[in-house]
Amino acid sequence: MGVEGIGARVTRKEDKRFLTGKGRYTDDMTVPGMKYAYFVRSPYAHAKIKNIDATAAKAMPGVIDLLDGKQLQADGIGNLICGWMIHSKDGTPMKMGAWHPLAVDTVRYVGDAIAIVVADSYGEARDAAEAVVVDYEQLPAVTGAVAALASGAPQIHPEAPGNLIFDWQIGEPDAVDQAIAAAAHVTEIEILNNRLSPNPMEPRATLGIYDTAEDHYTCYTTSQNPHVARLVMSAFYNVAPENKLRVIAPDVGGGFGSKIYIYPEEIICLWASKKTGVPVKWTSDRTEAFLTDAHGRDHVSKVKMAFDANNRITALKVDTIANLGAYMSLFSSAVPTYLYATLLSGQYAIPAIHANVRTVYTNTVPVDAYRGAGRPEATYLLERTMETAARELGVSPAELRRTNFIRSFPYQTPVIMNYDAGDYEASLNAAMQAADWAGFAARRAQSEARGKKRGIGMSCYIEACGIAPSAAVGSLGAGVGLWESAEVRVNAVGTIEVLTGSHSHGQGHETTFAQLVAGRLGVPIESINIVHGDTDKVQMGMGTYGSRSGAVGMSAIVKALDKVEAKAKKIAAHLMEASEEDIVIENGELKVAGTDKSVPWFQVALASYTAHNLPSGMEPGLKETAFYDPSNFTFPAGCYIAEVEIDPDTGETDIVQFVAADDFGNIINPMIVEGQVHGGIAQGIGQALLENVQYDENGQLLTASYMDYAMPRADDLPSFSLSHQNTPCPGNPLGIKGCGEAGAIGSPPALINAITDAIGHNKLTMPATPMKVWQALQTAH
Amino acid sequence: MYATSYHRASSVEDAVKLKSANEEGKYLSGGMTLISTMKQRLAAPSDLIDLRHIPAIRGIRIEGRKVTIGAATPHADVAASRELAAICPAICKLAGHIGDPHVRHMGTIGGSIANNDPAADYPAGLLGLGATIVTDRRSLSADDFFTGLFETALEEGEMVTSVTFDAPEKAGYAKFNNPASRFAMTGVFVAKTAGGVRVAVTGAGSSGVFRHPGFEQALASNWSPDALSNVVVDASNLMSDLHANAEYRANLVKVMAKRAVASAG
Repeated sequence: MGVEGIGARVTRKEDKRFLTGKGRYTDDMTVPGMKYAYFVRSPYAHAKIKNIDATAAKAMPGVIDLLDGKQLQADGIGNLICGWMIHSKDGTPMKMGAWHPLAVDTVRYVGDAIAIVVADSYGEARDAAEAVVVDYEQLPAVTGAVAALASGAPQIHPEAPGNLIFDWQIGEPDAVDQAIAAAAHVTEIEILNNRLSPNPMEPRATLGIYDTAEDHYTCYTTSQNPHVARLVMSAFYNVAPENKLRVIAPDVGGGFGSKIYIYPEEIICLWASKKTGVPVKWTSDRTEAFLTDAHGRDHVSKVKMAFDANNRITALKVDTIANLGAYMSLFSSAVPTYLYATLLSGQYAIPAIHANVRTVYTNTVPVDAYRGAGRPEATYLLERTMETAARELGVSPAELRRTNFIRSFPYQTPVIMNYDAGDYEASLNAAMQAADWAGFAARRAQSEARGKKRGIGMSCYIEACGIAPSAAVGSLGAGVGLWESAEVRVNAVGTIEVLTGSHSHGQGHETTFAQLVAGRLGVPIESINIVHGDTDKVQMGMGTYGSRSGAVGMSAIVKALDKVEAKAKKIAAHLMEASEEDIVIENGELKVAGTDKSVPWFQVALASYTAHNLPSGMEPGLKETAFYDPSNFTFPAGCYIAEVEIDPDTGETDIVQFVAADDFGNIINPMIVEGQVHGGIAQGIGQALLENVQYDENGQLLTASYMDYAMPRADDLPSFSLSHQNTPCPGNPLGIKGCGEAGAIGSPPALINAITDAIGHNKLTMPATPMKVWQALQTAH
Repeated sequence: MYATSYHRASSVEDAVKLKSANEEGKYLSGGMTLISTMKQRLAAPSDLIDLRHIPAIRGIRIEGRKVTIGAATPHADVAASRELAAICPAICKLAGHIGDPHVRHMGTIGGSIANNDPAADYPAGLLGLGATIVTDRRSLSADDFFTGLFETALEEGEMVTSVTFDAPEKAGYAKFNNPASRFAMTGVFVAKTAGGVRVAVTGAGSSGVFRHPGFEQALASNWSPDALSNVVVDASNLMSDLHANAEYRANLVKVMAKRAVASAG
């Protein structure tokens, strides 16, 4: 489709401003009279608030006001919500405890906000916050999910006895138990999925501006979905009606899920702006980010996988306990249920599946979606189980997977999902060839000669993106629809603005979305602007998460473009006295097919606005809006292979090669897709080898800085070998599936399978730090 | 960070005078630990007396095999010194692997040893070399200088001006990085000096940098990695933390000691 259309490696339009320091982030926003906020936060994981004495703090220099939870409650600001209703298997709704934006009588994790100080400067606000005297009565705390369910564990919310939020199931328990009883072999394994801190480069920030004259609020915020933020703040938190609340998410420096949710700080800064009469800005520091940004994962699971005598899987039984932290964050209930257990069939034909999931409160940061959201948990569990089974059954990991691959589509799994297209063997073959799997034995021998231990491991992942038909998610408990919107606005001289409800915070939408339009119309990519992130400019939209902006967001643009083209063709046909059916759009012109007659694109645009000579009855203008609701999820899938060399003296793992073979369907911009995969794999390697949120027994966060929380760095990563297979998605007009999360989903099990292959046994949990690998090697001896 | 006053000292005398005039002040020589601690509001010195711009205490001087490194010399300068590398490459290698390029251009040898972080590299290097630490008022052996976790023999107001040592016959340094902070989770410096074999361990000891007599004796009779194989490393005096327990550190002490010897040739 030309050098700037679909499939071209167009360099990112947005990079000029990012790379020259000209990006405009929330913390860059300054308005007249703006003041600064600092939050008083709980130093305890669990305590009663007996008294807040702010007398000294209020008298400190520069302090404008200090506001607490009782005042917030008195003003009718609502509690935070969870947007996805889950029912336990006994039919009862999930047991949700109250989450006050500012804690009123009890704090439940270290970092729980208690009061906001507004002052002339950030330093003065912080000084005053330190001068607030809070009288706490400490309560016993619990941080582990299993411990929180034990009898006698500290009770965290009165609404959830025994800290159990819900006890949910999916699938057929009886069929699974029968299959396990009749199995030729059953593989059993316990799987721990470690807890992660998302760490986007830009910490969260918000600027609340109340306009007394208009009784109107403006909220600048680091959000992945500003329209959803406005909806939730209006409908549930009573901040202001939607027409009185503008939410702007300007440049946002990474989200990875953590910026989907509406956090207390956004609500409180808006409310505080009205209370104090000044605009109020808050910017998180890195410690606050560790203490308050929603964490990811934290599952404990028991797995049984049954096989018949031909090594075909006959059943899968999963029992999972998921830690949701101190409060239920916006989509926390969906992550360990419909985004997790529905993917437990993986790439395999499994006749019977049953998963039971219990979610629990603990005295820790709320846990919600983090890059992959449920699908990494499912993939890690399944692919470690497959690897373990292959070893137990004495077959190669590839052979066991081939034996069980789904090979005809559409395929209905026993856990809701209906896979539309895929060719899992193609990715497996591509990955094995790229990794020279056949040559591994020789490489291992070379490593052994040097005193090193070498291992190889694979992971065949599937995920569900483009989350997905609104009616379907509604029936499963979602509080919102998951469509997307677009408006294509052609200006009078033919330049184009595309208003999208998607939000770019690193994904490159300004480039890829423009490529779609440039390719369709044959106009220069510079003539197209992508507008997003402002509820005053853009029609209602659902935002960006779950790798949905290509499959859903761009499909909405396609629909709007269809309408624009149809009208443009009518105008062109009228101007050239031709039949509308004969008009084609090529290279920036509207042509009468088979003739030399044409009008340039800009002339049609101009004609639509001068309206001097339009077809009879046609409205002037060239601007169309579309809403696109997908018919199904999309199902990216692939095969990842990791090869590692371990130093047995230190336990250090060196990733000697990493191969990713992904089927994302059709690809808009291969360069951007490769960047997404690179970043995803880096995060997956982080989870597998380095990252781990840890609390002490009192609920203090031990990993609250980069001195103790190990993020992956360039020298932790190998050079990745990527390839793409393509079974176009039949469910959307562009045939695309989504690529944003695959790297983080597929990579952890490949790495752990490689390391356990190297050390010769399976007793290893993530992150596989040098110490853990060394200890595992001592056990093996 | 709380409010503080910044002073740029022009000479050693000026620095000492400024420090004595500001009881709650602190010397600043790179600030690679102090500034971070202040930003977290865990330290609040009234005054900062910056030593990095005193010409007299900056630079590397080599006379024969005698090496003098000014206290305000940044790690990057030590790492890049060809003259020093010609007679003691191990100390250049050590300096070249401290932190990252930013740290190596701001952090100084004097700042590092005065702070005596139990996971810092220089304490192992200087203890291993048997260096002398020169201050504004006296000279101290490295054995006497490093006294515990973040503790040294420096008196109130005393500042390091230089370190001196004789280039050893052989020396090597090997460290294993903490995966998060990249400080030494264990670092071992070995040296064959005129005064005998010295082995210093950082990052592992529960009281900070220490010498390992068992390793020293073994290497004195046989300078080779294999000589260490049967020497026992007692884990009872080693640190346990989030990243490594004492048993694993004991293993690393031996592995890094062997690698240090191997690298020394």
